[in-house]
Amino acid sequence: MAVLQGEDGARGWRLLTMEQRRWRWFGWFALVAVTVLSWRVMTQDTIWAFISDAPRQAQDIFGRMLPPRWSYMDRLWQPLWDTINIATLGTLIAIVIATPLAFLAARNTTPSVLFVRPVVLFIIVASRSINALIWGLLLVAVLGPGVLAGIIAIALRSIGFIGKLLYEAIEEIDETQVEAIRATGAHPAQVMSYGIWPQILPAFATIGVFRWDINIRESTVLGLVGAGGLGLALESSLNTLAWPQVSLILLIILGTVVLSEWLTARVRKAII
Amino acid sequence: MDGHLTAPAGPRLWTRPRLIKQAWLRWAIILCAVLYLVLAIGSVEVNWTRVSEGLVRAARLFAGFLQPDFISRWSDIQQGLIESLTMTVCATVFGVILALPIGLGAARNVAPTWLYGICRAIIAVARAFQEIIVAILFVAMFGFGTFAGFLTLSLSTIGFLSKLIADDIEEIDESQVEAIRSTGGGFWQVIDYAVASQVMPRLAGLIAYKFDINFRESSVIGIVGAGGIGATLNTALDRYEFDSAAAILLIIIGIVMLCEYASGWIRKRMA
Repeated sequence: MAVLQGEDGARGWRLLTMEQRRWRWFGWFALVAVTVLSWRVMTQDTIWAFISDAPRQAQDIFGRMLPPRWSYMDRLWQPLWDTINIATLGTLIAIVIATPLAFLAARNTTPSVLFVRPVVLFIIVASRSINALIWGLLLVAVLGPGVLAGIIAIALRSIGFIGKLLYEAIEEIDETQVEAIRATGAHPAQVMSYGIWPQILPAFATIGVFRWDINIRESTVLGLVGAGGLGLALESSLNTLAWPQVSLILLIILGTVVLSEWLTARVRKAII
Repeated sequence: MDGHLTAPAGPRLWTRPRLIKQAWLRWAIILCAVLYLVLAIGSVEVNWTRVSEGLVRAARLFAGFLQPDFISRWSDIQQGLIESLTMTVCATVFGVILALPIGLGAARNVAPTWLYGICRAIIAVARAFQEIIVAILFVAMFGFGTFAGFLTLSLSTIGFLSKLIADDIEEIDESQVEAIRSTGGGFWQVIDYAVASQVMPRLAGLIAYKFDINFRESSVIGIVGAGGIGATLNTALDRYEFDSAAAILLIIIGIVMLCEYASGWIRKRMA
C-alpha cells in the first residue's frame, strides 16, 4: 500500500506502489501470452467439425442412455463387492506399510535425519505423484488383470498420501507428554505406546477414513485399465456401445460415492 | 484422563481409556470387521501361475527404471508432454475464469438466494464424477484428442475452485465489508476492496495447487483417449516397452515434484 504524490502535488492513496504495479502488469502479460500460446499449440490438431457437432452427439448419447437398463443390475453386484474390497483392502495394506514409514520420516522420531528421512520422503513423493490408474496400468501389465492388481495399485498410491499426512501429524505432537513418559524411565517402545501413539490416534483414524473415501472413488474406475471392479463392467459396456448399461453403472458409481461420503462424515464426527 | 479404578481395598490400577467405551459395541465392531475381512480376502481370486509369469515382467519393469530409455520414443514423449502441459495451462486459466463468478454466486453472504441455488447446483454437478469418467463422456462427444481433455480438466477446476472460493467467502470477516459499505462503496467496490483482498492470498495458493493436480490428471485421462502424456504411457505399456514407460513415469514424477515445490512456494509467500 502506498501514498503517492500526484503531479499537481495532491496526495492520493493506492493499493500498490508503482513498482509493484509494474511487476503485476508484467505478470498478467506473461500469463496471457503463455495461455494464448498454449491454446494455439493445443488446438492445432483439433478438428473443429467434431467440436461443433458435439451438442448433437451429446443429445444422441443421452438419448441412448435413457432409460438405464435396470435388469443389468443382477450382473453388477459382484463388481460392486469387488470395488469395495479393492478400496478397503488396499487402504488397510497402505496403512500397515505407511505407519512405520511415517515414523521414519517424521523429524522427531526418525532414527537419522540425514540418511533415513530423505529416502523415506522420496518413497512418499514417488508413491503420491503416480495416480492409482497408472499404478493399475503397470500392475495389470505385471500381474495380469484382476482384483489383486487393483488392491495393490490402491495400496501403492495410498502409502504416500497416508505417510505424508501421518508424518506431519507426528511432527506436530506435544513433546512435553513424550518427555513425561520418558522421565518415568519408560522403554522407547513404551514411550511410543503411551507418549506418541495416543496423541496421533485421532489423526490416524481420520486420515485412514478420509483415504478410504477417496479410494472408493478411485476403485470404481480402476477397472478401466483391467484392475477389477465396476470399471471393468463400464469398460465392457462402453466397448459394446451399450449406453443404457453405462448409465446404470454411472448411477451405481454415484450412489456408492455418495454413500461412502456419508459414512465417512459419520465416522469422522464420531471420532472427533 | 479418566482411567478405571479398582475397588479401594486392592492396589489402584490404571488402564488406558478405550476409543469406544461400550464393551459390547467394541466387540461387535471387531467381530464384523474380522468377518468382513475373511469374506473379502476369500473372494479375491489370484491366478498364481499368471503372477509368477508376471514376476519376470516386474523384473524387466524394474530394470527399465534403472535404465530408462528417453531416446527411442522421444518424439512421442515430447508430443505427449506438450499436449499435457498446454492442456493443463488452458484448462486452469479457463477454469479459474469461470470459477470466480460461480464461486462468488455460491457464497451465501454475497449472492441472492436464487443465484446461490443455481451456482451450488453447478458445483455439485461438476464434482459428481471423477475426471476419468467425465473424460470418457467428453471423448464420446467431442472426439479423441486434447480438446476433450481440456474440457474435462476445466470442468474439474470449476468444481474444485468454485466450492473452495465460495466456502472462503462465506467465512470472511464481515466488519471489513461493513467498513467499505459505510464509505458508500457500491457492490463491485465492496467485492474488490473487502472480499477479494481477504480471499486472494489463499486463492492464489489454491490455484497453484489445482494446476499441480491438473497436470497429474492430464497424465491419466490420456488412457481413455483425451490426449496428453497418459496416451503415450498407455501405448508404451501396451507394447511392453518398459524402458520407455519408465522414462515417461520418471518425467511425470519430476514435473509433479517441480509443480508441488512451486505451488508450495507460492502458498508460503501468499499466506
